[in-house]
This record gives sequence, structure tokens and C-alpha cells, in this order.
Amino acid sequence: MVDITPADAVPPAEVAEMELYHPHSWWTKYVFSQDAKVIAIQYSATATAIGLVALVLSWLMRLQLGFPGTFDFITPEAYYQFITMHGMIMVIYLLTALFLGGFGNYLIPLMVGARDMVFPYVNMLSYWIYLLAVLVLVSSFFAPGGPTGAGWTLYPPQAIMTGTPGGQDWGIMLMLISLILFIIGFTMGGLNYVVTVLQARTRGMTLMRLPLTVWGIFTATVMALLAFPALFVACVMMLFDRALGTSFFMPAIVEMGEQLQHGGGSPILFQHLFWFFGHPEVYIVALPAFGIVSDLISTHARKNIFGYRMMVWAIVGIGALSFVVWAHHMYVSGMHPYFGFFFATTTLIIAVPTAIKVYNWVLTLWRGDIHLTIPMLFALAFIVTFVNGGLTGLFLGNVVVDVPLSDTMFVVAHFHMVMGVAPILVIFGAIYHWYPKVTGRMLNEAMGRFHFWVTFLGAYLIFFPMHYIGLMGVPRRYNELTDMTVMTESAHHLNSFISIMAFMVGFAQMVFLFNLIWSIRHGREAGGNPWRATTLEWQTPQTPPAHGNFGKELPIVYRWAYDYSVPGAKEDFIPQNMPGSFGSSREPA
Amino acid sequence: MSVILVFLLVIVGFAGWWLSHQRLMAKPWLEQGVIGDIIGPEGSALPTAKIGLGVFLAVVGCLFALFTSAYFMRMALSDWQALPLPRVLWFNTGVLVLSSIALQCAVVAARRGQIDTVRLGLVTAGLTALAFLIGQLVAWRELTADGYLLTANPANSFFYLITGMHGLHILGGLVGLSRTTAGAWNGARPERLRLSVELCAMYWHFLLFVWLAIFALLAGWAATFIEICRQLLT
Repeated sequence: MVDITPADAVPPAEVAEMELYHPHSWWTKYVFSQDAKVIAIQYSATATAIGLVALVLSWLMRLQLGFPGTFDFITPEAYYQFITMHGMIMVIYLLTALFLGGFGNYLIPLMVGARDMVFPYVNMLSYWIYLLAVLVLVSSFFAPGGPTGAGWTLYPPQAIMTGTPGGQDWGIMLMLISLILFIIGFTMGGLNYVVTVLQARTRGMTLMRLPLTVWGIFTATVMALLAFPALFVACVMMLFDRALGTSFFMPAIVEMGEQLQHGGGSPILFQHLFWFFGHPEVYIVALPAFGIVSDLISTHARKNIFGYRMMVWAIVGIGALSFVVWAHHMYVSGMHPYFGFFFATTTLIIAVPTAIKVYNWVLTLWRGDIHLTIPMLFALAFIVTFVNGGLTGLFLGNVVVDVPLSDTMFVVAHFHMVMGVAPILVIFGAIYHWYPKVTGRMLNEAMGRFHFWVTFLGAYLIFFPMHYIGLMGVPRRYNELTDMTVMTESAHHLNSFISIMAFMVGFAQMVFLFNLIWSIRHGREAGGNPWRATTLEWQTPQTPPAHGNFGKELPIVYRWAYDYSVPGAKEDFIPQNMPGSFGSSREPA
Repeated sequence: MSVILVFLLVIVGFAGWWLSHQRLMAKPWLEQGVIGDIIGPEGSALPTAKIGLGVFLAVVGCLFALFTSAYFMRMALSDWQALPLPRVLWFNTGVLVLSSIALQCAVVAARRGQIDTVRLGLVTAGLTALAFLIGQLVAWRELTADGYLLTANPANSFFYLITGMHGLHILGGLVGLSRTTAGAWNGARPERLRLSVELCAMYWHFLLFVWLAIFALLAGWAATFIEICRQLLT
């Protein structure tokens, strides 16, 4: 079928070398750098910094929920501001930016065997616009009236009205401007990630030899490029409504006894636009996590990934399907029942490719030579957490179950498990896995294990009880849960317990951050390939990889990314760029 | 949301066609060695910059498809009052067509290496595009003078919003075009000049197409067209 030349070394290909930009000063080397690796670190550092803000905000919320009435400075307005900013930061400025801007920038060129991204200048601009977006977001904390408190979904009409914090002040304007900037910056980066995968793969790196990490990031980026315009449109139109007085989303409304000048607009229109972005966003975060976790599991179980083709198809399938499920976030908007039925069906269909992926991870582990390294621990924790979060997704995907549960803590628990905890566990695993490549040193093992166990168990102790109090009917979005019939004494105790756990998990993240900084100097020397992995980023001549990644000649790829424990081979891994035939790497019969 | 879904369907179709040429049925675990029928790097033979622009235009197309979707959904509500289109829009359309034609001439000339014609084409395209933008501003002024203000009716709001968004994209294109034009005078390498002229032309044709679609939308023909389609289907 396919014409494959024998697996001996072939002469270096006449690959047209890209013109690399060479920095001339300290500023262009480390600050206004066009090197994707530096940009990746800039993205990651910025995302982590703003993520810390989100972490602190979640503590403040838990203080209020766990111990209502104790902290006077957490007014209802402040509580809504914390909720909004926590959600927005985590979903967009942390997860999206870290997976695509951080891991995408670092890993794509290295893993496909390229010297750099294809449009390095645009890539640099992408980061600086992202930073600007973050700064605008942060500035809203200091603006008159504070940041917006509209909830991360920013639903009109309340988002731009007087009763909502920031609605008639600067908060919502800054939020919308920041989002618009983020989308512009992301589009610049996204073009790079997609076109680099398309055009800059080294010789022999066919699409079906790409590591799944690249597949995940690539597909997620394509989705993001098509989904973020919806948020862009929604933001621009809302900005018009708020600043210029148009009525795209604003119905005729009376505020404080006064008729507003708006009239006739449709808040549902905003919901459609928002969720047309919002649902793909879930998978924009999840697909890179799927890809990365596949590579972590295969490497640390010393076994080829089970069903590679199926994994690729599932990634692409999930990417396509996720564009036709958006209205399952809108069951309670009063939509037509048949409409809801359609979206419930598509939602449940997504469970099929996702389940395929979970089975394949488990089957990869089956009879593998499992090394319980820290990346592996996080990967295993991810599988469990993703399954748990996914199962409650099956509940909520059905209209009749969703309607009563929609405004309860059950939903909060569901989406935190599936798109909060699960992807973040992968991020941690990935950092422990690739930190040695980025810095040349291992992260401290003891601190890492402490971090893992407190985070993993702690996250469960936070979110498992939350399912229960959700089922009891405890509502979400309420800043004080005291005088309600559903708030029994045990529910109060659970709430306090959740809060205490949240502080402990947060503390573990401080240990992690300390580890990140401490290990740059004091970590164990890692060498070039500490995990004995096959993919190209571990085969660079220098660690950390130098500008241009691969010395004088680009590597040539002779095999797929998962040749672990091949019978007949000398070592239990064969790098992708190693020529020669080593028996068959067929899956064990 | 049907417009954006149709748009995405086109994208999915294109992606599916492309993926079907990528040996997705291959069994990579059985294949060792360099795959023989592909020589050199694994990407497409098209210049990388063109593919980059193509992806970007897909994003721009997505943006306008979403505006169109929003337009139709908002239009269905009761307070919608269509506004009369200023006649100058016809003139503007003609000017933008001219602009595209001029750039196409520049492309042909660049392929033949006729640098003078390239320069002429580029300058004509730039000036006509500027004329288009000025014409759009004239249209805005006419409308405001007649009392069709931004906030008076959602139809007006959409008119200003969508034409403004399109104008911003033309403005961005003019930045690229002016750099290309400067290159044509300062003796850029012929193959490099050819590529950038081609990129400009691609962008221009796409924005012309978007403008024609927007024009049809704002004039109400698009709604009539969709109504006919709907009746044919039912």
C-alpha cells in the first residue's frame, strides 16, 4: 500500500532551512524574543501569575461560603466580582493561554522537528497582546466600581445594568476590551501553531507519526480559531450596547423606576453567541490535555499507546462534534423542547469518542511497565477525575435532569471536576515531565509527591461533597447560604469542610511554585532524556534546547512516537529519529 | 445560527478532504523508515505564507458569518425596521471591484516580471480601496443626516457595525498593501515581491467577496434568498 524505503539511514534531506531570526541584544533575546521557547515561558509565567490571582479569589469565595457572616469585607458585590474574575481567569487567561500559548509554543516546534514557529514575529506579537489583555483585566480591580460581577458568562441584560458590580462603571468595559484583545492575540498565536504543524514538519514526520500531544494542541487550536470569533462578536456587540446605547441584546427594561433607552433586544442571542464559543472552549482546554496525557501514560508505562489511530480520529471527531452541542448550556433559557432534545442527543454522542479515549488509556496501562513517577501519578489521577466529571456530564446532558440541577452546586462540582481539576492535573503532570527539558534539572521529588497527594485527594474532598450538597438543592451563585431550608446543619458542616480543604489544596500549590523556583538552581541534573522518551524534543543536542532547536541538521523521522519496549531492540525505547529496523513493534497479541 | 453552521460545514468539508489525503488509515506502528513518496519536508508545496493567510481568512470568514447569524436572529424580532441603502454603496461596490481587478493585474504582471505594471496595479488598488473607504464614510454621513442614527433601530446598528468591521479589515489590508508597494519601489527580490502581491490579491478578493455578501445582506436580498430556499425545502 505505502511505499516505504528501507529503514536504514537516509542522507539528510534537502530541507529548505527557514531563515532564523537571530537576536542581537539582551532585550531581543529574553524580552522581545521571537524564539517560540522563550515566548512559551513568557506565556506560562504570565498565565501562572494571573492564575494565582484566581486562586486567591477562590479562597475568598470559600471563606464567605464556608463561614458566612464572619468576614465583613466580602460584601455581596465583592463576592460576585470574585466569582466572575475567578471563572474568567481560569477558563481563558490561565487554561487556554497555558495549554496553547505555553505548551503549544514550547512543544510544537520541538515535537514536529522544526527550528521555530513559521511566523516568529507574529508569534511574539501574540504574547505581548496577551500580556496587554491580562493587564487590562487586572486594571479593572483598581478601576472605580471594581471589576465586573456579572458572572463569567456575562449574560445581558444584568451584565451592563446598575445593580451588577461594574455594570455601569468601568468593570464590564474593561472585561470586554480585555477579551477582545485576548482573542486578537490568540488568533496571531493560533495561526502559528496550525501552520507550523501543517508546514514545518521535518522529513519523515507524517501526520500519523505526530505525537498525540501535537494532535491535541493542533485540533484545539483549529477549534479555538473558529470558536473565539463568536466571543469576539458577542463582546463587540455588548460593548456597543453598553457604550453607545444600541439594543442588540438589551430588551426594553425599567431600571430604578426609569425606562432605559434600550428596547427590543434579545438576551438569548447573546447566550447563543456566547455558548457557541463556550462549549468548544471546554474541548479547547480538554483536547491538549487528552493529547499530553496520552504521551505521559505511554512514556511512563513504557508501552506504546493503545489504538493510536483511534485516538487521532477521536480527537478530530470530538473537535467537530463540540460545535453542535452549545445549547445544552441553555436548557433553562426556555427553548423549544425539540431543540433541547436535539442538543441532548449530540451531547450524549460526544461521550462515545471520549469513552474510546478513556478505554485506550486504560488499555495502554494494561500489562505496562508502570513507573509511578510524578507525571504518571498526575496522569492516572487525570483519568479517574475525567471519568468522574464526565459521568455527571451524562446526567446534566439530559434536559429533564439538567433543569432541576442547573442552578445548584452539582453543576459547579461537575464542571470543576471535568474542566477544572482534570486539565490542571494534566498541566501539573506535563510540567513535571517537561521541566527537565526546559531547565536541565529535575523538580524535587519529595515536594512533588507532597504536591500531588494533597492536590489530588484535596480536590476530591472539595468537589465530591459538593455533588451531595448540590443534590440536596443548595443553589450556586448565592453569596450567603444561611437562612434556607435546604441548608441543613450537615450541609453547613460540609460547606465549612470544603472551604478548609480548599485552603489546604491552595497551600500545596505554594509548595509547587516554590519547587519550580528552587529546582532551577538546586534540582538534580537531568541530562538530555531523563524519562528515556522517544519523541524529538528529548533528542536535541543541547538541554535546554538552543535557539534553532536541533543543531546543524534537522532530525529525520523514521518511526512513530511510541516505540517503547519493542521486542528485539537493545533499549526499551527507540527515538523517532533513530534509523534501523527493530523487529516489530506491533501491539502484543 | 444556521449561517455559521453552514460556514463551518464548508470548513469541515475542506478539512475532511485534506485529512483524507493524509493517510489517516496508516498503521504507523508497522511502518519504519522514511516514507518514500514524499520528498523533502512534509508540508504542502504552497508557500507557507499563503497557507497562513488562508487560515486567517477562514477566521475572518467565521467572524462575518457570525455577524450574519446574529443579524438574522435579531431581524426576526418585532422592532426591526430596515433602512434604505444609500445609493453611494453601488458606487463603492464598483470601486472595490476595480481595486480587486487592479491587484489581479499586478499579480499577472508580477508573474511576467513587468515591474512597472506591478507598481501601477498596486497604486491603483491602494487608491481605489481608499476611495471605497471614503465612500463608506459618505454613506454613513448620508444616513446620519437622514436621521438613521446608530441607536435608533437595530437595523441601523447592524449597518454601522458590519460595514465598520469590514472597513477595519480593508484598513488593515491597506497597511500590508502599502508595505508591498514600498517593496515594489525599493527593489524587493522579484520572487518575494510576487508572493506579497499574490497575498494582497488573495486578501482583496476575499474582502470583495465578503463585501458582496454583506451588501446582499444589508439590502435584504439575502433574507429573500433564504426565504426562497426555505420554501423550496418545505
